[in-house]
Amino acid sequence: MDLNTKNTWCPGCGNFAIEKAVKKVIEKIGEENTVITAGIGCHGKIIDYLNVSSFYGLHGRPVITATGIKIGNPDLNVIAFTGDGDSLNEGVSHLVHAVKRNSDITVILHENRNFALTVKQFTATSPRGFISNSSPSGNIEDPINPLALVYASGGTFIARGFSGNVYQLQDLIMQGVKHKGFSFIEVLQPCVAWFDTYDDYREKTYNLEGVPKDPLRKINEWNYENGGKIPLGVFHKEEKESFEEKMSRGDKKINTKEFLKNKA
Amino acid sequence: MNDIQIIIGGAAGDGTKATGHLIGKILNRGGYKVFIHEDYSSLIRGGHNFSVIRGTKNGENCIRESADFLLALNEDSVDRHIGKGGVLIYNSDQVKKRDGIGVPAETIAKEEGAVIMKSNALLGALCKIIGVSWELIGDVFEGFPHSEKNLKVVRRVYDSQEEKGKMKKTKESLSLITGNEAIALGALEAGMENYFAYPMTPSTSILHFLSKIKEAYKINVFQPENEIGVINAALGCAFTGKRTMVGTSGGGFALMTEGISLAAMSETPIVVVESQRAGPSSGTPTYNGQADLNFALNPGHGDFLNLVFAPGDAEEAFYFSNLAMNMSWKYQIPAILLVDKDISESTFSFDKNTLKGVKEWKEKKGRNSKGYHRYRITENGVSPLVYPGGKAVVKSNSYESDEYGISTEDPQMIKKMQEKRMRKERDIKEDLKETIKIYGEGDKVLFCWGSTKGAAIAAGREAGYKVVQILVFNPFPEEKVREAVKGCKEVVVVEANSSGQAAEILKRYILVGRKILKYDGRPFAKEELIEELKK
Repeated sequence: MDLNTKNTWCPGCGNFAIEKAVKKVIEKIGEENTVITAGIGCHGKIIDYLNVSSFYGLHGRPVITATGIKIGNPDLNVIAFTGDGDSLNEGVSHLVHAVKRNSDITVILHENRNFALTVKQFTATSPRGFISNSSPSGNIEDPINPLALVYASGGTFIARGFSGNVYQLQDLIMQGVKHKGFSFIEVLQPCVAWFDTYDDYREKTYNLEGVPKDPLRKINEWNYENGGKIPLGVFHKEEKESFEEKMSRGDKKINTKEFLKNKA
Repeated sequence: MNDIQIIIGGAAGDGTKATGHLIGKILNRGGYKVFIHEDYSSLIRGGHNFSVIRGTKNGENCIRESADFLLALNEDSVDRHIGKGGVLIYNSDQVKKRDGIGVPAETIAKEEGAVIMKSNALLGALCKIIGVSWELIGDVFEGFPHSEKNLKVVRRVYDSQEEKGKMKKTKESLSLITGNEAIALGALEAGMENYFAYPMTPSTSILHFLSKIKEAYKINVFQPENEIGVINAALGCAFTGKRTMVGTSGGGFALMTEGISLAAMSETPIVVVESQRAGPSSGTPTYNGQADLNFALNPGHGDFLNLVFAPGDAEEAFYFSNLAMNMSWKYQIPAILLVDKDISESTFSFDKNTLKGVKEWKEKKGRNSKGYHRYRITENGVSPLVYPGGKAVVKSNSYESDEYGISTEDPQMIKKMQEKRMRKERDIKEDLKETIKIYGEGDKVLFCWGSTKGAAIAAGREAGYKVVQILVFNPFPEEKVREAVKGCKEVVVVEANSSGQAAEILKRYILVGRKILKYDGRPFAKEELIEELKK
């Protein structure tokens, strides 16, 4: 599945763990029936590193592109890679609506909590006070909690992993891909260049024991600021008919000639 | 009678549009070619709506200033249209006594079951006067909601009037469809399997029409969260090999521009219907304009090829929507079908033989095997297509890429790929047969495009102009345009915008004398244009 391309992620980047985990998953589910898509940002470079059919789309749009791919060919496994800047800033409407319609796609959110490829600006998940090139005296906005957003929009599979734990990540992604309907996996992916949170995450993360009965309480345990513990694992899972299943295709009954005859 | 025009007016919700269509159907069965213009406001109830139904033997797709009959549901409709001549047939339950035929339309409709049928009461009077047989009326009401009750209403009024003419029924009549229906059907004939759109007048009726028939035609209709979602979902869908069309108006088209640029870069086929309203900005949603021509010609950032077709009636809308889909897939470029409100929402007589002139072209496929290169550099710039789900790895990219589809910043590759994409133009030009149409002859030339075609042909004929219609704006048919004006004394351009966008394009190639511009959202009436031409 490897491509002979030059990897340009920074040494130690949290994206390597995502790549590793995803490769394992795709190997298991089959490369031929898998299509990946991505937006623009460091996360998107994964497209150039995997020898799998792909649509390398626009900034903020991989989630809706993925739905389009799934409508076009429901037999494909469709995985959308996106970043916090990509799908919580630029393309947040697409994320909310893909969740709402329970589109049968898997979204992997590379959560590095800053715009990294454009050399450090604050995003929707940067903490308050975050010093960046567009917030030199500290971010004055509060962060959004993407899991809460997805839950409020009706998410049927919500999980959080961490680049520091590839095996768990692989398991979460596999569960997500197998989930019928929309699956959302946020991956805490420290940005070694601009926002190195490895130590912080190692200290604060812990694994959920099973799927919690009260997902919202666990989702809100960490507020993307500095305090609190950070739960990892599956927060919510439910069975619901997917959007593409409901999109009935019908049986061709009429043709244009007949149609025009009725209009005479 | 070779030419008849009927205006029916009332408040929104009065049923004037439905009755207008029935009148259109009757004229159609009576051997007329029919054109229906709809005038309505951006509201749901109240206001003033009217339909202009014109039947001609020679097929003039435009309205006249003068009318032969005015069917008025309320006082407002009389006030607005009374000066145009003809016989007034009015709803005497709402309109005070006037010269004309008063019909207690509401009373009759209420007695027969529902006040909504009142507009069909006026139809009853009209039909008797112009000599429509009862049998024909029965025919056109077939399939109409509550047809029996409606026919009772019509009958009561029909019997109360005197016949003043005779309308014969033809053996075989044409079909009556709107421009938007024609666009949808043309794309279906080219293998369209998906239509994605966010509602925006005047393109919305494509969404409604296809939503209604999606099961019968076995297609997907999808209404995403916004127009950015529309175009990006559509490109994802097309990437899997499924022919996809999107539709919008100027504002939504603006939101799609980054996606159109993506279509060009990733070489993903897509048809975008841009149905113009009067702009800028939100403009006047339900009124006509042709001010998005320059925009459609430059629909995204970067240097790329895109087709721009501008049909001028339903038959052309059908033909060019079909061609847009076929050519978009043959050349893997975005195709824009530029129409306007008066094409989209007007009803036209449609000859079903138009169907014979179209087919589905098959795209050039590659081998679905391991060595597949999505952006293989070829002599004509077109790389064979393969869709994901097989042995081949298909890598589409919004970044500049190498032949395999991997992002690149290599200067030689950037140049090669840019040239590859632009090289397609040569074959595209050869494929485009009918880029302009010429009507009549003479040494005075009148240029038109889109919905101004109807009035231009009708007025040009009487004012002694040869009419030249531009159907393809990109690639621009410069040779044919130059040829068309050879030896002529005068060149006039008529269009529905304030700067003369088509005229300014024409000026790059030929001398343009005069522009006749209209930008009040209303269509040119035949007499109005004749007067302008004679100035």
